[in-house]
Amino acid sequence: MSGVRVLVGTRKGAFVLTSDAKRERWEINGPHFAGWEIYHFKGSPVDPNRLYVSQSSSWFGQIIQRSDDGGKTWHQPGTPPGEPTTTPEGMPKGESNKFVYDTSPEAGKPLTTHQWYDGTPHPWEFKRVWHLEPSLTDPDTVHAGVEDAALFRSTDGGQTWHELAGLRGHGSGPKWQPGAGGMCLHTILLDPSNPNRMFIAISAAGAFRTDDGGKTWKPINRGLHSLYIPNPTAEVGHCVHRIAMNRSRPSVLFMQKHWDVMRSDDAGESWHEISGNLPTDFGFVIDVHAHEPDTIYVVPIKSDAEHFPPDGKLRVYRSRSGGNEWEALTKGLPQSDCYVNVLRDAMAVDSLEKCGVYFGTTGGQVYASADAGENWAPIVRDLPAVVSVEVQTLP
Amino acid sequence: MIRVTLPPHLRKLAHVDGEVKLNVEGPVTQRSVLDALETRHPMLRGTIRDHVTQRRRAFVRFFACEEDLSHEPPDAPLPDAVATGAEPFMIVGAIAGG
Repeated sequence: MSGVRVLVGTRKGAFVLTSDAKRERWEINGPHFAGWEIYHFKGSPVDPNRLYVSQSSSWFGQIIQRSDDGGKTWHQPGTPPGEPTTTPEGMPKGESNKFVYDTSPEAGKPLTTHQWYDGTPHPWEFKRVWHLEPSLTDPDTVHAGVEDAALFRSTDGGQTWHELAGLRGHGSGPKWQPGAGGMCLHTILLDPSNPNRMFIAISAAGAFRTDDGGKTWKPINRGLHSLYIPNPTAEVGHCVHRIAMNRSRPSVLFMQKHWDVMRSDDAGESWHEISGNLPTDFGFVIDVHAHEPDTIYVVPIKSDAEHFPPDGKLRVYRSRSGGNEWEALTKGLPQSDCYVNVLRDAMAVDSLEKCGVYFGTTGGQVYASADAGENWAPIVRDLPAVVSVEVQTLP
Repeated sequence: MIRVTLPPHLRKLAHVDGEVKLNVEGPVTQRSVLDALETRHPMLRGTIRDHVTQRRRAFVRFFACEEDLSHEPPDAPLPDAVATGAEPFMIVGAIAGG
């Protein structure tokens, strides 16, 4: 019988929540990597036993963990303990936690500065991995979106990481600036119909697309309007919080921006607003129904200063028309005195026949709906603050 | 034999209980001790020193013989008591944020 595995990253460890296809009874497993911040935790679409975790700490930096057995055991995919860390020829062997910007003359780009919060130039410094996106075809290939914003790729299961420097170095890098959470590359979308096409998003630079497998990139922010930057329609500088697509229609993208919910029907070439009747168009998450490409979900948050739901009511809003007309989904969610946030990577959908929708809160709840949002119930209520939620639909 | 103590997070990462005991060739310095530690436990690379600059991470400190050695040059000799194994070289996570 099929089932689901919900992969939860929190401020103090990772948790695995499993259920059969009914999604009524859940087994909670964790914390894994207790005490560490788990910014993201995701499985390979081609091998559900292959899981990748971004484990980080302000004290001890970035670690990548990998499981090859669905989360039963974990290892860092670099050089095993006790083995020499260099080859007989003296070359360093793999170190899973090594992310170094590529400034080599062959493939790399010079490390320029980006803008600091006050507009002054600031040097690029690696801080952590925000998002891991495994390949759609190869379990050993995985992309990492990092802070300070850059994109890395591993083709050996996370042992070694190489920057796709064309993104950071394509020209607008000196104009990028951090959002409140840091200058992070937080969204990576792989186009299932075109292996050379990829979309990424950076706070606060905007969205970018490559059509040549990551060598060259272009900003795709036409139509975005951001009042908090000097030129509201600038090519870069927009605080994009999240982008989502339905795999069956990869040229249609949905975006939750700092303010505004947006839609593109031409692979990001242009965007138009679809906030419609939302009570507020600020928020972090956005996701698309697994089988209905025009059914989208957001969780409106009051404002950029007040990171909690309006009126203390936790409501998921669903549009079944691709935007503009939204309905509040409240059944099973707290409708008074609720002041949690739902962070940008903390919503996911499964691909069971009745699409399941999941999200986690900064209050430590993970909510699930097994009927596309009609009814909600907490899987677990008291985890550390949830940073990311992903779902695997198991055979 | 050099004795090194690690903070709990790094002990867990390196799969060690208690102190790490290391043989260090040549002068006993922060650099030679950390090189030996990272050779034995490669998963600690980048967690104590930056991968590229090899500078101590900001929230990591080094103590030995009741002295703060965090700001000593990496090639300065460590105290004799560390070199002889009488005292451990302590790698400590800074107390920040409660």
